[in-house]
Order: sequence, then C-alpha cells, then structure tokens
Amino acid sequence: MASASSQIMLSCKNLWKVFGARPAYYFDTAGYQIDPDGLTARLRREGHIPAVVDASFDVKRGEIFVIMGLSGSGKSTLVRCLSRLLDIEHGTMEFDGQDLAKISGPDLIEIRRRKMGMVFQSFGLMPHLTALENIAFPLKLQGVARPEREARAREMLELVELGNRGDALPSQLSGGQQQRVGIARSLSTNPDLWFLDEPFSALDPLIRRQMQDEFLRLQSQLKKTIVFITHDIMEACRLADRIALMRGGKIIQLGTPAEILLQPVDDYVSDFTAEVALTRAIRVRDLARPALGDLPEGPVVPPAAPIEVILPALASGQRQFRVEGDDSLVLDATSVLEVLKRDARHGLGPEGGRG
Amino acid sequence: MTAVWGNRQYRIWTGLLLLSVLLVVLAQHVPLFKSFPAWLVLDLSTWLNSVISALFETLRPLGMLLSTLAEMPLAGIRSLLAWAPWPATSLLVILVALYAGGLRLALFAAVALGMVVVMGYWPKAMNTLALVIISVPVAVSIGFALGALAHRLPKIRPAMIALLDVMQTWPAFGYLIPLLILFGFGPTAGLTASVIFSVPPMVRNTLVGLSDVPPAIVESALMAGARPRQLFWQAMVPTAMPQLLVGVNQTTMASLSMVIIIAIIGGFNDLGWEVLSAMRAAELGRSLGAGLVIVLIAVLLDRITRGFAERGGRAISGGVLRAGMVIALILAVLLSGYDLLPGDQAQRLLRRIDGWLLDFVAWSAPVFAVLRNAITYGVMLPMRIGFSGSASPMVWGFALTPAITAAYVLVAVALALILGRRKPMRGIVTGFAALLFWTGLPAFPWPGVFAVIGVATWQKGGAGLFALAMAGLGLAGLSGLWVPMMQSIYLAAVAVLICFVIGGALGVLAAENDRFSAILRPISDTLQTLPQFVFLIPALMLFKVGEFTALIAIALYAVVPPIRYVEHGLRNVRPDLVEAGVQMGATPWQLLWQVKLPLARSSVLLGLNQTIMAALSMLVIAALVGTRELGQQVYVALSKADAGAGLIAGAIITAIALISDRLLRRRVSN
Repeated sequence: MASASSQIMLSCKNLWKVFGARPAYYFDTAGYQIDPDGLTARLRREGHIPAVVDASFDVKRGEIFVIMGLSGSGKSTLVRCLSRLLDIEHGTMEFDGQDLAKISGPDLIEIRRRKMGMVFQSFGLMPHLTALENIAFPLKLQGVARPEREARAREMLELVELGNRGDALPSQLSGGQQQRVGIARSLSTNPDLWFLDEPFSALDPLIRRQMQDEFLRLQSQLKKTIVFITHDIMEACRLADRIALMRGGKIIQLGTPAEILLQPVDDYVSDFTAEVALTRAIRVRDLARPALGDLPEGPVVPPAAPIEVILPALASGQRQFRVEGDDSLVLDATSVLEVLKRDARHGLGPEGGRG
Repeated sequence: MTAVWGNRQYRIWTGLLLLSVLLVVLAQHVPLFKSFPAWLVLDLSTWLNSVISALFETLRPLGMLLSTLAEMPLAGIRSLLAWAPWPATSLLVILVALYAGGLRLALFAAVALGMVVVMGYWPKAMNTLALVIISVPVAVSIGFALGALAHRLPKIRPAMIALLDVMQTWPAFGYLIPLLILFGFGPTAGLTASVIFSVPPMVRNTLVGLSDVPPAIVESALMAGARPRQLFWQAMVPTAMPQLLVGVNQTTMASLSMVIIIAIIGGFNDLGWEVLSAMRAAELGRSLGAGLVIVLIAVLLDRITRGFAERGGRAISGGVLRAGMVIALILAVLLSGYDLLPGDQAQRLLRRIDGWLLDFVAWSAPVFAVLRNAITYGVMLPMRIGFSGSASPMVWGFALTPAITAAYVLVAVALALILGRRKPMRGIVTGFAALLFWTGLPAFPWPGVFAVIGVATWQKGGAGLFALAMAGLGLAGLSGLWVPMMQSIYLAAVAVLICFVIGGALGVLAAENDRFSAILRPISDTLQTLPQFVFLIPALMLFKVGEFTALIAIALYAVVPPIRYVEHGLRNVRPDLVEAGVQMGATPWQLLWQVKLPLARSSVLLGLNQTIMAALSMLVIAALVGTRELGQQVYVALSKADAGAGLIAGAIITAIALISDRLLRRRVSN
C-alpha cells in the first residue's frame, strides 16, 4: 500500500554489525541465505563479536521508537549503525527513498546536515564554545552566516527553556542544562529523524523525570520521528509508542509497551519487565475494548492516563469506565483486575513501583 | 604468575649470579674477563668520520641554503629586539604577562625585566630571546604535524615514539659537529639542535590531546555533518587545545634550555655564552649574575606559557592588550636612538661580589669538605672501586686481609640466604648487590654485564630490546668506550641513589604535611623550569672542578622527579584502603611502609624512571666541570671537532637511557 509505505520513515532489514578481525569475510555470501543463529554461534566461536544480529524493523513517521536493552545488548551499536557512525556488515536501511547503508562521503554529510539529529549520553558539547555557539555549531559547519545561525540558536535556547544561559560554557552548566543544550543543538537543523542515545541516563533520577516530561512536551510540539535508546524499562514505557527489546544483539520482542508488559515472549522479557508497576505503565487505551451492545456506563477517563487513576473508583465498586473522546470504547474492571493480580504476584502494589 | 614460570625464573637468575661470582674470581687471574679485550677494539670513529664528511659535504649546498633561510628571520628579529628600547619591549612583555596570568605575573615580569636591565644583561638576554622566538614556532609546528600524523596513523606510533625517545636522549653535543659541517659555522646548527630537542614534548602532547578527545565530541561533530577537515580543526583541535598549550609550554622550556647549552658554539653573544665564559674565567660573580638572569627569564617564560595553557589567558580583555601594544609601539618609535641602558656599574659590582664569594667559599670550605669527603669515601669510591679497592690503608685505613675477605663473603651469603628465604628474588638481588659492592661498578667483569643485561632485556622487552642492548654494549666495547660507559652508569647510579634517598624523603614529608608541600612545590617548580646549564654554577662555585662537583650538579637537576612522584603516589593512595589500615590499628610508620608505599609503587617506579632519565641527560652537561665518562667523551669529541666519536659516545648514552627506561617502565601504552 502506497499510503502505508509513506507512513514509514526508516525501514531496516536484516542488519548485521560484527566487531572483530575480519567481519566482512562472513558476509561474502552472494545468493546464500544467512542462518542467523548458526552464524552468530560461528562468529562467537571464531573470536568475533556479533553486536547487531539480523535486526529488522520499521520506524513510522512521527512515532517514538524506543530501543531498549541492558549494557552490551547492542542497542548503542544499533543506533550508531542507523546514524552511520558505524558501517554495517549486511542489510538495508531504507530512508527517504535511499539505502542509507550504501551512502557515503559528501552525500552522507549532506544527509546528516539536513535530515538527522543526534543527542548523546555524555552530551558531546564542545568545551570551548558557549551554549549558544554549541547550538549554532551544526549551522556554522554548513556555512550559515553568524547573525542567522545565532538567531536560530536563540530560538532553540528558548525552546529548551535556557534563554538566559546562552553565554555560559558547558563547564558552567549542570548536567540537565548541558543535555538541554545537546537537545537544542540536535534540533537546530530541524531534522526529520532524531536519534537520542540514552540522553537522560547520566542525570540524577529527579532531573531525569523532569527531562522526560520536557521531552514529551517538545515532541507534542514538534512531532519528530524518534529513535530513542535506553536501558531503563520505566523510561521506555513512559515514552515509547513502540519498544524493541534487545538481548545479545538480537531484537527479541517488538511491540507497544502494553504488549511487552502483558504478553512477554519469554522468561527473559517477563523478568526484565517484572519490576515495572503495571498500574502506572499500562494506560487506559491499552485495556479498552469496543463496547458490545448498549452504550457503556460509568465515569469518563482519558485514554492516555495510567490505570492507577481509576483504582479509587474501582475500589468503591465501579465496574465500567468510558473512554474520553471515543464512545465506542469501554474499560472493563475485570481486565484491570487481571493486571492488578500480576502486580501483586511480583509484590508491587500501586505504590510499589520504582517509577 | 604460575609457580612453574617462577621457578624457572629463579633458576635462571641464580645461575646468572653464580656465573658472575665465577667471573669475578676468574677475572683476578684471566685478564680477558676483567677488561674488554683491546684487540677487539676497532677504529669506528675514523670510519664513521669519513662517511659523515663525504655525506654531509655533498649535502652542504642544501645546508647552506637552509641556513641562509633560517638566518634571515633570525637576523631580523635580533635587530628588531636590539633596536627596540627596553621600556617598550618590557611594556609589551608585562602586558602579555598580565593577559596570561594576571596582576601577580605582570608584577613579577616588571621586577624580573627591571633586574635584567639593571644588571646590564639586556642585550644578551634579547639575543637569547631571539633564538627562542625563532626555534619555538618551528618546533611547535613540526611537533603538531608529527603528533597529528601519529594520531591519524596508529601504525606508525611505536616507531614515532621510539624516534622521540632518541631525539630527547641523544646528547646535543654529540650531533653538533655534523650539524656544523652541514650548516656551516653560525646559529643555524644550534637552532637545529634546539628544534630537535624541543619537538618531542609537542608531539607527545598533541598525540595525547587528540587521543583524549571524548568520542561523544567526535560523534556529535560527525552527526552535525562535519567534513573531515571541519572535524579536525573545529572539533578536535579546540577540544585538545589545553593539552596542546601544555605542549607549547614544555617545548618553550626545552628550547630555552637547549639554546643556552648550544651557546658553547660561541659567536652569538647571548646569556649561555656569558655563563660559559665567566665559568671558564672562574669569575663567580659574573656567572652567578648571568645565571640569575637565565633563571628569571626561564620562570617568566614558563609562567606566561603556562598561564595560557591553564586559563587560556583572558586575565584582561583583548582590547586592553591591543591598546597597550599600540602604546608600546609608539614608545619604541619615540625612544629609539637614545641609549637608555644603564652603564656597567652593575658589572663592576658583580666583580666585587666575586671577591666576597671567594671569601665565602674559602670560609665555608671546611663545612663542604666534610660533605664532600663523606660522599666521596662513603658512596662514590665504594661504587667505583668497590670494597676490594676501598679496603686499603690509603682509603679506609685498613688492608684487605684474607680474614676480611672471608668475613665479607660470609656476611654476603648469609644475608642473601636470610632475605631470600621467603622471596628468592630478594636473595638474588642481595647477592648481586654484594658482588657489585665488592668489585665496584666499572670493574664488574664485562661478560657478566652482557649476560645480566641480556637476560633482563630479553625477559622484559623481548627480542627488540635485547637487540638494542646487545648493540649498545657491543658498540661501547668495540669502540673502546667500555670503561667510560661503565663510569657513566656508575656516576648516574650514584646520583640517582642520592636523589632517590633525599627526594623520596622530601616527597614523603610533603605527602604527610600540607604546609611543607606548599613550601616545596614552588621550589620544585622552579628547579624543573631551569635550563640544565644553570645547575653547574653553584656546584662549581662550592666544590671546584671534579667528579664530585658533576655529581652535585646532576643530583640538583634530578632531585625533583622523586619528590614529585613519591608525593603524588602517596597522596593518591585510595583513601578507603588508608582508612582500613588505620582501623586495623596501624601506626603512622606502619601505615607508610605497609600500606601507602606498596600501593604507590607504580608512581614511585615512574619517579625512579624519570630520575634516571634526568641524570643521564645531565651527564653531558656535567662533563663541563670534569668527569671521566661518556659525557666527557662527547664533550672532548666536540672540542676536537671529531663528529664520529661524538656520535658514537652519544649513541651509547641514548642506548643506556632507552634500555633503563624500558626496563623500569611497566608495559603501558604510550
């Protein structure tokens, strides 16, 4: 379908990234079918590290696509393949009608200048430039004149609410402020595709939460296509439209947060998600179903709200809830109780999560 | 370390020890083992001289061209500095000092320059400065380019680092003659030597700076769409800038040090020449005055360049700096043509000081004689001629009877066995020490030296280091320089020993006591800034010409690294481990010896390494006050214009330095 393909911003098929002495040797397989598990075992046996194994996924226009995994799972390597900071061994990455994997040299520089932005875990700010100059840096590289690029940088500073700190050097800013500058810099060229590599992992928990809210606010304004890397399952559940969960270089499950939480494909995924307080992570729209027969009764709740907001009403005996903005949907108490049972199994009450 | 490997290790070294004992005993009867056989000595230097003169004579037109090119800007800067009246030049320097380091540094600059003027050294100081102004930019550019190249091509890094080590350890006096043949008589040969010596720190700092640029900076520049050149010049170089400026600081100081040493060629009427001629004429006051001026200029240059490296300047606004520069220029034009320098009253005063100094030296001689005798008879003689040589009525007042020999052997064996009971290596080291103390270092049988150094280099550094060691020792033997080489090792060893005992103790005190550390630090800083040449002056003044004077000069120069590294190592011991020691009830003394020093071991070893490097590099300079080792050979070759002999003796010093560096350094990446 033409409309469906235009919905897709980045389409990756069978990506492989291998570290070692001679990775190219293993992919000289014109015409042969690669057996992922067999090849992974062989690579490990022969002293190579398969960092990304046969990864295939589509990133839709305007969605927040979260790649999650523990350290060493290959998530940072994967985002570096997508941004072409690393070269892949095998596979295709269709972006904007071109195969990103085959682009290099001036064309790649051009794509990075116009269409991609990236935020780094350790910020990556130039220590000799002020906040404003850092934000203007990508435009300076493109040869944009000083007044123009500084005007744009000032706009970006306002956007991340750092308007009065433009003259500060990175060393004079707190971690959270530095990352705001990093975000503003990555947005200064107005990219279509926005990579964020563990942007909040180096920050204190409280600041992290503020920055997540800030990020959601920005996204509701800007509607970028986002690839977001994190090792924090709570962060993933808060921010993601869809999550790709990685382990040992492989994507082991891909789905919405609710799918990952409620239908884990294996024990690893269920262990991984066990710490999450579902009453906070699962939203009303995840459990809502089409109403059968009569129009539903009961209080109205917003679809994006976590189900913990209905717990008081549930406790006082309410059996059904209506979903705001869509009269055909209903939230049934039994499905919420199912979720509560699972939380209780893990010893996590509504207040027990680590969110 | 597996037990099997350990056992094999002990067997090899025990075997070596027994072999050495056998050689020492045999050497008394078989002359072949005692000194390197004369019939093996070849006339290498004559052969090398013919090659060098043939090669360099053909290159000479090129050399003359380069020399003309280099001397044009030098002459320009020299006449500019000579033309500019001192108030204008001083104002400029004070402004730069203000910009780089603030008011205190500007004040220091004013006082220092004022002293240079009053003491009557202004023209000579300007001549020295002209040499520095020419050689620093050249060295910085070459060093930056080489460092960037080594960063770009990791494969050439080991070769590059080896080359830098050679450039830093090969004594300049050793290659000055070939340079003079190439460039003709004039400042270019000296400038080239200065550049060769001062390029390495810039290369090293460039390499470190570029390698330490955080990956996130490189990646963020790439994602911003930087082209390769933009990545390098707009992201990596600015990020590495503080480290690059540290390189500029070190290169400037190395350049100043070498410019002053190179004055030995003569003919440039600069500060180095002033010190040298004053020392030759035994005019203490004059050499002390010139030495003081060198110290002032060195400290000033160091603080200014370091101010840029640490704070990036900006103590005053650039506008003020520019305005000041304009004023200085106007001042220069207005005042030019007037003779503003004071007369030679100061020089006459210095001559008078000469007399006082002589009185002081005569008066204090008994005190220093005690020190001199204690070290000469207690440390130097035993290490040079050994127990067997010292135990004579002439030296220690008793003869070497068979009973004494037997007692020595008995004590040595007992000590080795006791110390080696739990840690065999300690016993073996004790055995070697006893043996060395018996023969004295220079008289240790030469096949034993080959065997011990051969095994040590093979085990620690593999075939490459082994080959270097064999080549170095072989070259020393074949060129007839075996005895001077052993004398060099002996002199450096004594100096290192003294430095390590004194410097180590000072380092421990500084680590334990903040106030002492605060007092010691500026002294160490200053000592490390000073050109090597300066250390000869007080040593010569107090102790006259001789090996002991050389030892003092070397020790003064090499005492800073042990202070620094011991203090640094002790202060950086993990605090939780110190707390654990205190909690277990360790006394301060136990804490120092059983917790802190063992944990600071790698830092202390690095300090030892640096001390040895400093001592070896000072050997050739110290040769000026009279030694009888390789440094003296280099110096003599220079005065005889014997290029080959100088190169060979220099090469052996370099080999000693490289081998001891590699043996002591842990295998860490550079």
